[in-house]
Amino acid sequence: MGMTMSQKILAYHAGLDSVEAGQLVLCRLDRVLGNDITSPVAIREFKKMGAEKVFDRDKVTLVMDHFAPNKDIKAAIQCQTCRNFSAEQELSGFFDVGTMGIEHALLPEQGLAVSGDLIIGADSHTCTYGALGAFSTGVGSTDMAFGMASGKAWFKVPSAIKFELTGSLPKYVSGKDVILSIIGKIGVDGALYRSMEFCGEGVRSLSIEDRLTICNMAIEAGAKNGIFPVDEVTLAFEEGRAKHEPMIFEADADASYDEVYTVDLSSLRPTVAFPHLPENTRSIDDVGEIKIDQVVIGSCTNGLYKDLEEAAKILKGRKIAKGVRAIVIPATPSIYLKCVEQGLVKTFIESGCIVSTPTCGPCLGGYMGVLAAGERCVSTTNRNFVGRMGDTKSEVYLASPAVAAASAVMGRIAGPEEVML
Amino acid sequence: MIKEGNAIKFGDNIDTDVIIPARYLNTSDPKELASHCMEDIDRSFTGRVNEGDIMIGGENFGCGSSREHAPIAIKESGISIVIAKSFARIFYRNSINIGLAIVECPLAAEEICEGDRVSVDMDSGVITDLTSGKSYSAEPFPPFIQEIITAGGLVEAMKKGIIR
Repeated sequence: MGMTMSQKILAYHAGLDSVEAGQLVLCRLDRVLGNDITSPVAIREFKKMGAEKVFDRDKVTLVMDHFAPNKDIKAAIQCQTCRNFSAEQELSGFFDVGTMGIEHALLPEQGLAVSGDLIIGADSHTCTYGALGAFSTGVGSTDMAFGMASGKAWFKVPSAIKFELTGSLPKYVSGKDVILSIIGKIGVDGALYRSMEFCGEGVRSLSIEDRLTICNMAIEAGAKNGIFPVDEVTLAFEEGRAKHEPMIFEADADASYDEVYTVDLSSLRPTVAFPHLPENTRSIDDVGEIKIDQVVIGSCTNGLYKDLEEAAKILKGRKIAKGVRAIVIPATPSIYLKCVEQGLVKTFIESGCIVSTPTCGPCLGGYMGVLAAGERCVSTTNRNFVGRMGDTKSEVYLASPAVAAASAVMGRIAGPEEVML
Repeated sequence: MIKEGNAIKFGDNIDTDVIIPARYLNTSDPKELASHCMEDIDRSFTGRVNEGDIMIGGENFGCGSSREHAPIAIKESGISIVIAKSFARIFYRNSINIGLAIVECPLAAEEICEGDRVSVDMDSGVITDLTSGKSYSAEPFPPFIQEIITAGGLVEAMKKGIIR
C-alpha cells in the first residue's frame, strides 16, 4: 500500500523503504528546537542522562521568545540557563534578545526549517513547518533532551486525514479562516494522533504565510502534524534562505487516508473562534454585538509581515475605538525592520496601537497584555482556553489579522468589510 | 502493580493551561508547579488531593501546549494515575517520559464518580470502582512502557539500563 507524505518523510529518516500506520520507528532528526520555557527542563534532563555534548551544534536551536525580554527574575534565570548551555555547547543557533523572534516564524525565515526535514521542538506549535513540506511536531522536554543527546526520536507512524482544497480565497479571507473553519468542523480532537495532509488545486493559491498559519494550528485539532506539498511557492520562499537543499516528498497516489474532506476555499468567510475552545467557530456574519477591550495582532500563528500588512491596510488613516488597547507584535527582528521601513509602524502608532518587540508574551498570558476578569480580547493567536491570556473570567476570541484590525477600529468584533466600505 | 486511591473527576478537553497556567512557567520546580496544579479550573484541588488519588478525565485530556510542566505538576501533587477517555498526544508522550501513569478507558472515565475508591491493576489493565463494585478493562501498556513509568520516566529508565 502507498504511503502518505508524512509517512514517506518518516520512512526516509528511519532508513526504511516503507512504513505503515501504527509502526514504531526510530528516526534521525534534522533539527531539535526549544524555547526559554521548555529548554531549562530539557537541559536538566540532558545532564541527568549523563550526556555531555549535543549530537550536532548546528542542529540544536534554542530561541528565547516566551518570557523574553525577561519578564521577571525567574524568567531571567531560565534564559540564563539556556544562554550558559548554548555557550558551553557552542550552539550556532542560539537566538537571544536582539536576534530572537517567535520561534516558528524565525526558523522558516532563517532557512532553519527546510522541505523534507524531520524536526522536533519542545513547543506544541512546532507543527508549523509542515507548510514547507517538512515533518515537524511538538514534543516535551524529555524528548527534546533525548533528541539533543542522540539526534534521534522515536515515532509512532501516524495515519492521516486528507483535506482536498479547491478554489481560491475571497478578499479578506486568509489561512487563519481556513484552519479555524476546519477545526470548527472536525473539533479540537478531530485529528488526534494523526497527520492533516493538505492537497488539491486550491493549494497553489495559498501564500506561504497562509500555509504556515494553517499548519501552525494543526495541533489545535489534536494532530501530530499538518503538511502541505512542496510546489513553486515553497521553493520560491526557500530560494536563497534554506540552509541546505530542500528534499521533495510526495504522497503516493494509492496512499490510504482515514477520512477525506473537501474544502472549497472560495466559500469561506472570515471566521472567529469563541471562548473557550478553538472549535467554537462562527462566521463573522453570526457573531452578534460583542464589545472588546483588547486586540493582539502577532504570535507564531499570525505575526509575519503579510499578516501585519493586512492589518495595516485596515488601520491606515483610522483610529482604533476609544477604550480598546491594541498590541501589534512583529514576529522577528527582520519583520519588525520591514514594518519600520515600509511605514507600517507609523500606521499602527498613528491609529493608536502599540508595537512591541518580538515575544510570545500575551498569547499565553505571560506578560505584555494580560487580561483582567471580565475583559475580552480579539487575538490572532491560537488558543482561547480558560485563563489563556489572563484571568479565568477573561475571554479570548481567535481571528485573522484583518478581523482583529477591523475589531480594533469598531470596538466590537467586526469583519473587514464593515470598515473598508 | 496496583494503584489505589480516591477519584477526582474532571470533564472533556482539560487543557495544559488549566493544568498549570503559563504564568507559573517561570519555574520548573515540581513542588512549586504542584502548588498551582488545576488552579484555573478547580481552586480546591491542591487542598483536597491526597497521595495516591486517581484523576479522571474526559476526551482529549491534556490538550494544548507541550509543557512537560503539566504532567510534572499532576504527578507531584500526589496523583498516582490518570484515567481518561482519550489523551492529547504530546501529553500522553510526556506522561510516559516523566513517569506519570496514565490509562485510556472511555467507559471507566464515564462511569466512575467523584470520590469513588478506585483501583487499577497496571499489568492486566483492569480498573475496579470499589465503591460501585464495577470493573472495566483497559489495554495495559506493553511491559517496556510500564518499566519506563515504574522507573520514574525515560531518563531514569536510561540510567537504570532499562532502555538504551
